Amino acid sequence: MKEYNDELDCSGMNCPLPILKTKMKIDTMKDGEVLRVISTDPGACNDMPAWASRVGHVLVESCEEGDKFVFYIRKGE
Amino acid sequence: MGDRKTMAIIASKGTLDWAYPPFILASTAAAMDMDVKIFFTFYGLPLLKKKIKAKVSPAGNPSMPMKMPFGPKAFQGIDWPIPNVVSNNVPGFETVATSLMKKTFKNKGVATITELRDMCAQLGVELIGCQMTMDVFGFELDEFIDGVTIGGAATFLEFAADADLQLFI
Repeated sequence: MKEYNDELDCSGMNCPLPILKTKMKIDTMKDGEVLRVISTDPGACNDMPAWASRVGHVLVESCEEGDKFVFYIRKGE
Repeated sequence: MGDRKTMAIIASKGTLDWAYPPFILASTAAAMDMDVKIFFTFYGLPLLKKKIKAKVSPAGNPSMPMKMPFGPKAFQGIDWPIPNVVSNNVPGFETVATSLMKKTFKNKGVATITELRDMCAQLGVELIGCQMTMDVFGFELDEFIDGVTIGGAATFLEFAADADLQLFI
């Protein structure tokens, strides 16, 4: 289990909601903090790294836990 | 981050299905730190009204899947062969198809158009209503949600000329 500062559960949400909710959540956090995002949308597997690299956040790790996709994103500066 | 990217979208269609792409792309682009403006013209203009009444139109749309959003999985998988004479002529068919599509979106966790539009506004997407369309179809500014700006072709083109992405939807 990785360490994280905050968590967001996007289970059941479809494109583009996981990205929009993640963006809004990470905006409330401090630089360098890690957000754990849970999604059931297979599209998020490509969308999350695309979004993160575009806006300067770091996708530290992504993994599958059962039928869920979990992303750890460190907020960039 | 370096220079912000910009995106200019023309939203020209007002059916429920075609209402999605502009709002999905605009909200996502804004979440990706792009500056976005959407120009709502012709049948896209009513998407700025306080209450969106967009319907889906199965008439003349042979590529639209006709599936049921309830019942056993095998039943939901059936693509019903609805003849044009039914989809084009049966009163209320459009309303039924619209409610089925809304139900399908809800089942699949897709946001409503209103939710996506709210998020666009929250993320700073600029929504521009076409003045000429307002005149032609008889819309007043107070029918639209707050924050809408009004302009014409030149207003859009001035922004689109330097935009990194330009889409006509």
